[in-house]
Parts: sequence; structure tokens; C-alpha cells
Amino acid sequence: MLKVKDLHAEINGKEILKGINLEVKPGEVHAIMGPNGSGKSTLSMVLAGNPAYTPTGGSVEFYGKDLLAMQPEVRSHEGLFLGFQYPVEIPGVSMVNFMRAAVNAKRAYFNEPPMSATEFLKMMREKRAVVELDNKLASRSVNEGFSGGEKKRNEIFQMAVLEPKLSILDETDSGLDIDALRIVAEGVNKLKTENNATIVITHYQRLLDYIKPDFVHILYKGKIVMTGGPDLALELEERGYDWIKEQVDKEG
Amino acid sequence: MSALTQYLDLYRQHRDIIDSHSAEAINRHREDAFRILESASLPKPGSDNYENTDLEALLAPDYGLNIAKLDIDVNPAATFHCDVPRISSNPFLMVNDTFAASPKSYEALPEGIEVGSLKEFASQDQETFRKYYGKAADLKNPMVALDTLLAQDGFYLRIKKGVKTDKPLQLVNILQNGMPLMAIRRMLIIIEEGAEAKLLVCDHTQNPEIDFLTLETVEIFVAENASFDFYNLEESTIGTHRISSLYLRQEADSKVVIDGITLYNGVTRNEYFCRFEGENASLRLLGMGIEDENRSLSTYSRIDHAVAHCHSDELFKYSVDDNARGAFTGRIYVAEGAVKTEAYQSNRNLVGSETARMESRPELEIYNDDVKCSHGSATGQLDPLQMFYMRTRGLDEATARLLLKQAFMADIIDGVRVEALRDRLHLLVERRFAGASSACATCAGCNKE
Repeated sequence: MLKVKDLHAEINGKEILKGINLEVKPGEVHAIMGPNGSGKSTLSMVLAGNPAYTPTGGSVEFYGKDLLAMQPEVRSHEGLFLGFQYPVEIPGVSMVNFMRAAVNAKRAYFNEPPMSATEFLKMMREKRAVVELDNKLASRSVNEGFSGGEKKRNEIFQMAVLEPKLSILDETDSGLDIDALRIVAEGVNKLKTENNATIVITHYQRLLDYIKPDFVHILYKGKIVMTGGPDLALELEERGYDWIKEQVDKEG
Repeated sequence: MSALTQYLDLYRQHRDIIDSHSAEAINRHREDAFRILESASLPKPGSDNYENTDLEALLAPDYGLNIAKLDIDVNPAATFHCDVPRISSNPFLMVNDTFAASPKSYEALPEGIEVGSLKEFASQDQETFRKYYGKAADLKNPMVALDTLLAQDGFYLRIKKGVKTDKPLQLVNILQNGMPLMAIRRMLIIIEEGAEAKLLVCDHTQNPEIDFLTLETVEIFVAENASFDFYNLEESTIGTHRISSLYLRQEADSKVVIDGITLYNGVTRNEYFCRFEGENASLRLLGMGIEDENRSLSTYSRIDHAVAHCHSDELFKYSVDDNARGAFTGRIYVAEGAVKTEAYQSNRNLVGSETARMESRPELEIYNDDVKCSHGSATGQLDPLQMFYMRTRGLDEATARLLLKQAFMADIIDGVRVEALRDRLHLLVERRFAGASSACATCAGCNKE
């Protein structure tokens, strides 16, 4: 579904991604790990289309279409979802209105009529259950005054509502206590099918105890420098990133 | 030659006509105003408190004045269908500067509420009228002097001691004429001890192709332990010019909300002069302006904490796009003896184009140490990260922008303490940002709910 070839990207004139290659197929879970500043979040922002980042080379195909040519909202309609590391607070916009607008925007994109109010509320109820999200949060402003855990659960809730084909979860584990982590991970696992895929971006291995990756990639200095199975994550947990840094820096 | 000259000439030549269509208690103030204006010069744009207002330019055109009070045909039904329904089924009407009696409006009014034509009240209850008229408004303000010189009628509201009314009263001001017209009106509002009331004033213009100028002085007296909400909603036209000077006097333990909402306008200057005269009183002064095309909104506010233990909370928000201009000057004055004052002032603005302009001057003047005061101003663009977040959920740029702009105004709307008006405003603001034309505000079409 996703083919990233030699992707380069910069922000404010500084090149962060220096030739990323990555292929994701339906049903797969990929973990991208790496030390701070290696470009993990940049990769997620570029794939989701944040206008602050500029792709400067390479290509990204999403189901055969040129992903980089699409507006962020079109990427969403086409089935790409980004779970934010820092979910954005939007005071004054209620969760329920936000989600209704999102759902109906996608339906409009596929020439479908807007969802009826009853249908929509029923769906909201079902999707909330996936991450045990409190009903009262639906009437509140998007992420405003949410606890760290609520924010992350809210991301997975939105993912459940939008039913993406490919979800990129950027440090979804950061700032979560162990119970919240379990709820979030279980939510992700419940949403997993053989037709969708997940890219989990994480700094630590602990999330991967709950979300089992098929592939683990290590990103360092804007490149994927190593790819392996779940064992690689365990090795990182044990040995840290330094041995990889040394190895790469010696070669480079 | 000053733009004032034509008005002074008009007064000199037609004083008898002006007087004959008004009341003695109003007429007797004209001479003082005349003397002041004769030697007055209008503040220049850019001078203190008039940073963004050119009074000369506003007053220079040769508008017609209907001092002989010739009947102007008006079809009010065309206007307030689209207004704010379910507030009052029978609003009071003012056509240009003449109070239009609507007998139905008086039906079901609780006892102890006097409401109607200022002219009639000035004749009927001279004692009360004299006690209040011109007592808050300052003739040194040239716009008050001009209003005092020429105003013949207006709106009058008195809530007698202890009378409480839940149901908001509504006044609809309609500008209507076939040729350019200046409407000069006056409002006098007296909320007596322990009384409670809410008033919504809606300003509309019927003829989008005609230029209008409204000059308005509003005096509001809120007595001890009384409560009053004043909502003013302007939905006029690009050709409508408005200068409004509101003077509020609050006595001890009174609670007031003043909220000026400008959805559609041409050139507007709104002045608010608020003064605490008794302790433990509180004021929320709110305002919102949605300005685009070549519209302009300028707000001047002054809150005088003359006595101790009062609380004021001021918030003004603007959205300026295209070539629009916005200006906010807010001054909070805390007197030496006004200890335990709490005064908060905030002005926040969204600027949506390279050519739109916003000027903001938040000012605090404090003469004692025992206060809690803050002021702040922030002007900027929509947050790109919020925009991006919404777009990753599938909202296109225009929709995200619309939701964020609506959200920006939400706290002003939520400050409205009339539920039906609050709900209505959310819808009107949404429509406004969605690009509905100002004609929509004055048409009956889309409001058959």
C-alpha cells in the first residue's frame, strides 16, 4: 500500500530526511525506532502532509497514487491517518462537531450523503468503547483540558471513527502510564485487520510488548539504517542506540 | 471648514422645527450643546483615543435629516424575521430616529416596566427624565454634544424598583430611506434598585445601496443591587456608518453585561464609558467584530473604577479580512481609593489577509497597590498546527478555517446570558464566516424553522 523511495525532506531549509526507503503492505505492523532527533516525527509529518515540511526528493506511493501531491485532507480520505505525538488542542470546537465534520467530509469525497444524526451518534458510541473514552469528552472542545492519557485515547478514537487503511502512530506511548498504555494498545489491536496496516513510531520498546510489530526499522540521521524483526527492538532495549550510532558513524 | 458647521447651521436655521417634534425636557439641553460645539473642533484621526477614526470624514457628507419627522414607509416584517427569533415575539421598533409604537409590544409586559418613546416619556414624567437625561453622557464628547443638539426622540426603558423580568426585551432599529440619511437617536435606560432586565438591540439597514449615518448616545443607569444585560447586534450594510457612545453608571452591588456584536457593518465607532459609583459592582464588557471587504470597526472603551471592591472583565475579539480595519482602545482607570479592585482586559484578534489592519491599545491606569488587574492583547493568524490537525482528519482548508474562526468567537458568544440568543448567534456567526451575504441577515428566507 505504501512505497517510500529515497525520500528527502526539510524544514526551514534544514534537511532532516536524507533518503528514506520503506514499503508497507496490508496486514503489517511496522515499528520505527530511533534516537531523538533522528527524523521519526518528521517522517510522520511529511507522510501526513504538514505544509511546514517540504519534500525535496524521492517519492511516496499510496495505493499507486502520488501521496506527496495530495492535500492533507485528501490523504486522510484516501485512508492515511496520523496519530499525533502532541494532539492539538482546539478550544471552541467540540469533539462531536469535529468528528461529524470529519466523517461527512470523507463521505462527500466519495460522493456519499452525510450520515444521519442517529447513525452518527450510534457510531460514536461504538467507537468510544474501543478505547473506553468517556462520553463527557465528546461534548468538550477538542483535546482541551484532556489529560495526557485522554488525549492519546482520543487519537485512537478518531482513528476508529475514520477507519484508515494505514495508521501512523507517532509516539503514542509517550506520556502514558501503564494502564493508559494498555488501553491505547488494545484499541490499536482491536482495529487491526488483514487489510489495514500500522506504522508505530516509538522511542521505547515497551509499547511493542503490546503492539507486536512484524518489522522494526531504526532511523538515524534521516535514514533507515537497520531493519529487523521484533528481536531488534528487544536488542535496542538492552543495548541502547549507541552501538548503532557508532556503527553508522564509522561507515559514514 | 469643520464638518460640524453644517449641523450648527441646521440648528440655527431650524431650531423651531427640531423643537416642535421633540419635548421641552429634551430641547432645553440643546443650547448647552450648541455653545460647546461652536467652539469645538473634532479630534483628528490618529489623535489620542481616535487612532482609527476620522470623525470629520464620517460627518462631512451631506446626509438628509428628517427633523420634520415625515413618515417613512417601513415594512418591519421584512427585517426581523431573519433577526433573532424567539427572543421576543413583539419587539419594539425604531425607524431611523423615530420610535414606532407597536401596541402589541406592550402586551404582557409585567407591571413596573416602562418602555417606549423617549420623546413621550420626556413629556410625561419630566421629574424622572430630568434626573437622568444627560447625567451620564459627557457633553465634552463632541459626538454626545452633536447628539444632544439634534436628537428628537429615541428609546426609553425603565424597570422600576424590585421588578424582575426574565424575558428579554428587544428593540429593532431599522434604517430605511430612499436617499442618504442621518439618524440621530438617544437611548435612556434606568434600572432601579433591585430590578433585573435584559435588552437586545438589533440594528438593521433596509436599503443596501443607500448611505446612512447613525449617531447614537446611550445612557444606562443601574441602581443598587440591580442587574442588567445589554446586547447590541449590528447587522447593517457596507453603506452604513455608525457612531455610538454608551455611558454606563453602576451603583453598589449591581451586575451588568454589555455586549456589542458587529456581524455586518460599514464604518462603525463604538464608545463605551463605564463607571462604578458603588462598591461590589461587577461588569462584563464584551464585544466581537467580524470585518471583511472594506468594513471598519473601531472600539473605544473606558472603565472607571472610581470606588473600591468592584470587578470588571473586558474581552473584545475581532476577525479582520480583506481590506478591513479594526481598532481597539481600552482604558481601565483605577482610582486611588479603589482598593480591592479586580479588572481584567483582553483584546484578541485574527488577521486573515496581508491588507487587513488591526490596531490595539490596551491600557491600565492604576493609582493604588491593592488591586488585581491584567491586560493583554494578541493579534495573529490562525494556528497552522490546528489547521493541519484538522486537515489530517479530512477537513479541507476552508472548513478548518471556518471552524477555527467560529471557535475563536465562541467565548464571546458564550458570555451571552440569553440562551435563545446564544444559540442564534452561534448560527449567525457560522453563516457570517461561511460567507453568507449581509442581505442574508435581513431576509426572511432561511429562517423558517
